[in-house]
Amino acid sequence: MSVIDRPDHTLYPIDKIRADFPILAKPVRGKKLVYLDSTASAMKPHAVIEAEAQVYEEEYANIHRGLYYLSERATARYEESRKTVQRFIGARHAHEIIFTRNTTESINLVAASYGRRFLQEGDEVLVSGLEHHSNIVPWQFLVEEKGVVLKVIPVAEDGSVRLEDYAKLLGPKTKMVAVAHISNVLGTVLPIAEMIRLAHDVGAKVLIDGAQAVMHTHVDVAELDCDFYAFSGHKLYGPSGIGVLYGKEALLNAMPPYQGGGDMIATVSFAKSSWAPLPAKFEAGTPAIAQAAGLAAAIDYVQGVGIDRIAAHEHDLLAYATTRLNQIEGLRIIGTAPGKAAVISFVLDYAHPHDIAQIFDGQGVAIRAGHHCAQPLMQHFCVPATARASFGMYNERSEVDALVAAIRKVEGMFRE
Amino acid sequence: MSDDLRDLYQEVILDHGRHPRNRRMVEHANHLAHGENPLCGDKLTVFVKLNDQGVIEDVSFEGQGCAISTASASLMTEVMIGKTEAEAEKLFGSFHALATGAEREEAEGMEDELDRLEVLAGVRDYPVRVKCATLAWHTLQAALHDEGKVSTE
Repeated sequence: MSVIDRPDHTLYPIDKIRADFPILAKPVRGKKLVYLDSTASAMKPHAVIEAEAQVYEEEYANIHRGLYYLSERATARYEESRKTVQRFIGARHAHEIIFTRNTTESINLVAASYGRRFLQEGDEVLVSGLEHHSNIVPWQFLVEEKGVVLKVIPVAEDGSVRLEDYAKLLGPKTKMVAVAHISNVLGTVLPIAEMIRLAHDVGAKVLIDGAQAVMHTHVDVAELDCDFYAFSGHKLYGPSGIGVLYGKEALLNAMPPYQGGGDMIATVSFAKSSWAPLPAKFEAGTPAIAQAAGLAAAIDYVQGVGIDRIAAHEHDLLAYATTRLNQIEGLRIIGTAPGKAAVISFVLDYAHPHDIAQIFDGQGVAIRAGHHCAQPLMQHFCVPATARASFGMYNERSEVDALVAAIRKVEGMFRE
Repeated sequence: MSDDLRDLYQEVILDHGRHPRNRRMVEHANHLAHGENPLCGDKLTVFVKLNDQGVIEDVSFEGQGCAISTASASLMTEVMIGKTEAEAEKLFGSFHALATGAEREEAEGMEDELDRLEVLAGVRDYPVRVKCATLAWHTLQAALHDEGKVSTE
């Protein structure tokens, strides 16, 4: 099938899906919204909005403490959400799922807790050249605090991360490998299964930043055998304010708490306190109670459609968009690794990404322009910024056409 | 094109964005500063040659940015050449007010300059773009105050 051929849409209920996301029907600046920024944050289906509202309307109270009906209900639902996440990513135990605020907090938790306790001066932490700042900066704290050495796996010209480059950096000093599953800027899918295996061969632990992966591809942490896996609810069509850290039970048990407070203790005295068992040890303070229910609803929704079907739909959009964009003179796509996810970063040789996004906005087309919290990667490709269009489960081919039309507007305005 | 965007991208801006004036280095500059807008990755350097009487004999910039930040830098260099430090400060204040929509102070004797800069007033409706328009101006101020580096983040 050529990429321009239209696939059989009876296989993918795009109209029904679009109808499930109320915001998609709301015009912006008097135009139909064309939302191509799901990589930054995804829109929410009714099911998620309703799940959160239902918690507040019917079964809300603080969890893990009240000896009364509503608190018991809220606690049960919160823990049920944890099990939904556990099944979704294939963790062996529900208590290996730690609820955090977002991917950033999940990574910070590992760097601060595991890193401070187990990494020593001279130990090496490997990250890739395409990481989001949130998978760079937490490790830099350890460089300053503990004399840990941060090493960077280079990115190839097409935006891929090659195993041979990675393998060269691995050695007896490597203690932690922290890499993205999928690049937020380029859409590159990293060969994490092999990377995890090679890291374990030298005795290193592995953290995968899955912020961009869980909504695009099937993830099974037990099969991957990663030590930590981090992601956010809001990019998975769920609420903001809740994220997930998966960690292997033995590691989480060995790690000290990340924050102190209520819910994470067994006993407290002014002489000494002791910690609650997993997962509470890492969930100090009142968590995102309603958001946990929303996250579970998002997972149910995604699984109802089917992650493989979503991936196939997005790949069709990516192929179509890539073909259309490659026909535009003066446009360069940054990141052309084989098998990438539905993210397209591009530059125009006659307009700055910020101006592109501004003109797009006037057409109702929402994209991201900037460095995408990946300044080292921008430097690698010698661009100050890119324009980025990303596709989610609710996007359709006509929106790619709108994207192309918007680029033509920019062309008309800025190209001499 | 919607009228709103035409207000933002007036012909003068597009022209200065494409063909910026004074994008060069000043020979024997005695003040310079680097400016950065981390949000969009814009970076520029402003060069100033201030003479003994405190008059800006020459001012220029180098760097890459969006059409708004480039046009603003270009227009700024044009209106600043020949101004005293005190006049430059005054113009900075008036431009800042113009770009943000704040109450404007009277800048006596500089009505012509402000008329020329009026094309940049469209940014006030786009909070994110105000930083683009003011980057060069903050950088010039940093250069005159010998602060070396400035960020509009």
